[in-house]
Amino acid sequence: MESNQAKPGLLCNPEASQRTLYPYVTGTSVVALKYKDGILMAADMGGSYGSTLRYKSVERMKPIGKHSLLGASGEISDFQELLRYLDELILYDNMWDDGNSLGPKEVHNYLTRVMYNRRNKFNPLWNSLVLGGVKKGQKYLGMVSMIGVNFEDNHVATGFGNHLARPILRDEWHENLTFEEGVKLLEKCMRVLLYRDRSAVNKLQISKITEEGVTISQPYSLKTFWGFSAFENPTLGAEGSW
Amino acid sequence: MFRNQYDTDVTTWSPAGRLFQVEYAMEAVKQGSAAIGLRSKTHVVLACVNKANSELSSHQKKIFKVDDHIGVAIAGLTADGRVLSRYMRSECINYNYTYESPLPVGRLVVQLADKAQVCTQRSWKRPYGVGLLVGGLDESGAHLYYNCPSGNYFEYQAFAIGSRSQAAKTYLERRFENFTNSSREDLIKDALIATRETLQGEKLRSSICTIAVVGVEEPFHILDQDTVQKLIDAFEIVGQDEPPAAEPDVATEPGAAAEEGAGAGDGAGQGAVAEPDVAPMDI
Repeated sequence: MESNQAKPGLLCNPEASQRTLYPYVTGTSVVALKYKDGILMAADMGGSYGSTLRYKSVERMKPIGKHSLLGASGEISDFQELLRYLDELILYDNMWDDGNSLGPKEVHNYLTRVMYNRRNKFNPLWNSLVLGGVKKGQKYLGMVSMIGVNFEDNHVATGFGNHLARPILRDEWHENLTFEEGVKLLEKCMRVLLYRDRSAVNKLQISKITEEGVTISQPYSLKTFWGFSAFENPTLGAEGSW
Repeated sequence: MFRNQYDTDVTTWSPAGRLFQVEYAMEAVKQGSAAIGLRSKTHVVLACVNKANSELSSHQKKIFKVDDHIGVAIAGLTADGRVLSRYMRSECINYNYTYESPLPVGRLVVQLADKAQVCTQRSWKRPYGVGLLVGGLDESGAHLYYNCPSGNYFEYQAFAIGSRSQAAKTYLERRFENFTNSSREDLIKDALIATRETLQGEKLRSSICTIAVVGVEEPFHILDQDTVQKLIDAFEIVGQDEPPAAEPDVATEPGAAAEEGAGAGDGAGQGAVAEPDVAPMDI
């Protein structure tokens, strides 16, 4: 009766296993939008170790099954773990061999369940995920956060993209974007991110998913111009900054 | 006195390659009152005959809703049927929780068949004594499956199980080619007529049958008794003992009666009827 409080609590037992408390190697924003024929998604290839830009060619977008495309920001190793879950999921789905297959909506919901379940164990997968896809002529684009918050939208962005890319997308996105217009819009977002997000690197991929399947571009760079006066003397007029 | 040495438990083979306990379970399906299923491209209709155990009791429920897109009609041990329906419901709910989409009918049927199969390979278990007609709708359209105690399952355009189901099968065999493009109403009508075929001289009334429908834009539901009675009246489906000439709808009935006898023979040829030497699992 008396020992209830005297015992070392489970939550602060130093011998107890530690949960993930912070990420190690992270990827920054993913931006995606619906266009005329499907979904376009963009992400750079940086992997930051804290604030060090440690890895320069991390693929953060992967096809999932026949109808889905997954993009991730946050902890890269957690993303890789997630890809193993999804590989197994798709494998077992194919093993039914009955003509049914998981579409983007199903994969999105599965991811939500995995993420929320892990957060309930106080051991989250440290990612923001973007899931896009097309099945039976239906376009699908959604997001899942680290703690399992999920939603669908016509355009989405993770991390800094939420602040810097979404406003652009809100202004310029429309239902009937062509492939070229879509890519141009994504590049506009990625350029802003490159300028203002210190974790962004100038090596990115754009991927597309349509009824025909997934295509992920070769890595490439954006043209930049750093001669803007605000860039040359950033602290001018910013009182209290050094 | 001859005694079967090979039927004391499910896992014992007979030298002829049969599993008697499994066959006995298949017999249990035939003892139960009839259940009928038929489908078009867009709808599945399930029907069953309700038999009360005694004058004083009500009848047992034989059609169960599994999910919005799936339902089952059972024949055999109702208690086993309920257990399996509960299993199916929980599978549907779990799938829906994980993927937020309905479980494909074919997959549920395979899981159910696997569950039944396990019982044919464990000495401490017994096979389920129930046959299930699983009707449902998914991305690939409407489906009707028959699951039996042996762990086998088959997809059908139309099928009937349970006592005197042969008469219903004969009727369905004559008509099934038109079912693919049938309207919902025509399917229900054929279900009612097929149900009537299984009644022995009894009049078809809504009190002794249940009809359920699932289809495009129509979640699985059991029709209430009034609706069924109205349909019976509208289609002028009467008991077999009444003079067939009285209703124009079933003017072909005298011929049908003749065909029925022949149909039973044909059925055997097609493997629709269990021949004495063939294990019922081959059906």
